[in-house]
Amino acid sequence: MTDAAPSARHPGAALRMLAILRDLVRRPSGAVGLTLVLGHALLALLSPWLVPHDVTAVSALSMLGQPDALHWLGTDHLGRDIFSRVLMGGREAIWITGIATPLAVMWGGLVGIWFGLVGGRTDDVLMRIVDAFLALPWILKMLVLIVTFGTGDLVLIPTLAFFYGIPVIRIARAATHDVVARDYVQAARARGHRRLDIIVRELLPNVRDALLVEGAMRWSWMLLAFSSLSFLGFGVSPPTPDWGLMIADARGFMSFAPWGVLGPVIALSSLIIGINLTADALARTLGIDRAQKAPV
Amino acid sequence: MLRMLFRRLALGGLTVFLVSVIIFAGVEMLPGDACTAYLEREAQGQRLENCRRDFGLDQPAHARYLDWASGAIQGDFGSNVAGTRDIATLVGDRLKNSLMLGGLSMLVGVPLALVLGVIAGLTRDRLPDLTISTLAIFAMTIPEFVTATVLILVFSIWLNWVPGIVLTGASAPALDYFPEILLPMAVFTLVMCAHILRTVRSSVIEVLGSDYVQMATLKGVPRGQIVRRHVLPNALLPVINVVALTVAWLLGGVVVIETVFNFPGLGRLMVESIAMRDLPTVQAIALIVATIYVGVNLTADMLTMLANPRLRTLHTRRP
Repeated sequence: MTDAAPSARHPGAALRMLAILRDLVRRPSGAVGLTLVLGHALLALLSPWLVPHDVTAVSALSMLGQPDALHWLGTDHLGRDIFSRVLMGGREAIWITGIATPLAVMWGGLVGIWFGLVGGRTDDVLMRIVDAFLALPWILKMLVLIVTFGTGDLVLIPTLAFFYGIPVIRIARAATHDVVARDYVQAARARGHRRLDIIVRELLPNVRDALLVEGAMRWSWMLLAFSSLSFLGFGVSPPTPDWGLMIADARGFMSFAPWGVLGPVIALSSLIIGINLTADALARTLGIDRAQKAPV
Repeated sequence: MLRMLFRRLALGGLTVFLVSVIIFAGVEMLPGDACTAYLEREAQGQRLENCRRDFGLDQPAHARYLDWASGAIQGDFGSNVAGTRDIATLVGDRLKNSLMLGGLSMLVGVPLALVLGVIAGLTRDRLPDLTISTLAIFAMTIPEFVTATVLILVFSIWLNWVPGIVLTGASAPALDYFPEILLPMAVFTLVMCAHILRTVRSSVIEVLGSDYVQMATLKGVPRGQIVRRHVLPNALLPVINVVALTVAWLLGGVVVIETVFNFPGLGRLMVESIAMRDLPTVQAIALIVATIYVGVNLTADMLTMLANPRLRTLHTRRP
């Protein structure tokens, strides 16, 4: 578990990134995971120019059609081309979670580091509040906000970022506790540096790896949450194509048109598995053991 | 030991209290209240004021919180927004069903996870481990609604073995849910099992690398005896906490699974109440779920303490 890249200790952020990346693609799980993730990202970017059919074009003549040469994955209950919709179906999810994940890791990370450094009473009180928030299932918290404020990007991104940042506080705080007693932090304190300086110069570089891995995991959970919301009808609004929504729509016709669910099921699963494999390989590369952690 | 127990109990109580404040404050901050929801379009002027007076909504927030919280402690959550049902009975039936679903799944999933996890740990990086670990990654990363959809497609539509949807009503006796409950149970079990077995596996691997196992090996203790006497007792201890965490996590996942299978449990009631903006019901469910979460974690901590003498002193709190 501790086979971190040797060059990881050299200064120079770009060099280190390269070293990590090289180590990552050498692991089978990292190579497969990264390929899946990058492939999905590329498809999401290029899909508007790739799709063979208009994703919202409704056709009464070809409802629930079987896969054929024209419609590779068949057509859905409104006669729309499923292949095109699968190609486009990840854009919304990837875009929203792609913005919300860094936001969540940043705010959760900074708050966690701050309270790990401050410690004492303040820290105790904050952790109780964090615990209280974690005691409520994510889906309940999110649904209440979404039903109240609507499902636009401007609601979903802050909501996801807020709730998924709370568990990050715990991780960042624990990682900070490991570092805060070290000599160089004590030395910085003795030199009379301000807290902000200590956070930016001493703590952040040491907690960064843990946050990076945490971010990768958060991304997959957020994607899971987002597609679950879409599936329940609280995420992307039709007619925008989205995998979760497509599966929900196709489920009703599954007994006689089962091909409708296969495309989005494979697309969504491959992306989430790709992220998880990457996160796993990243954790091993950086020498962080996250086997004990269960999702919150 | 006793002080430690009391401390944990007090902290649990404090967490539940904080949760209740968050729930109450959260609902308070949402636009609209029970009266605007109840009267809908007619919510204005004198009617709104009368309604607010009748339901005591004109009281200050802290007074209403005390009223709500003291009712909740006695199991009285008032009635739903439509005023048609008593929340306690409405929630009671659903809670019973969800607990049945979760309990049965645990009964199958936890032993299965222990066996598979130990096998994977003992055969680290060899074929049994690779098979089990890969399947576990699939089971825990793929969203529950996807797993559920695939299982329905295979076992209900193609093979026609079990019904793919629950049609039994919310207050039916427990036995009426068979065999409809089998598929939701399977999804639950799958996800739960995957999470737990991963911890069991890494825990077994950790103990296998420990000094006392090496010592036993060097002394020439047979492998089977090492596993039985040294590895299993030590490796299975941390699992108690992970089981608790997984159960807590599934309190959220239950929403999706119940909705997919149309299972009349607490999770589906939650989605329905949120969609109908039935805030009193949502508050009640939130409080119940959070209390279960805290209770399960507390129980796990205490079980771990009972089983592991090393944790019985005050200053070795686990992070």
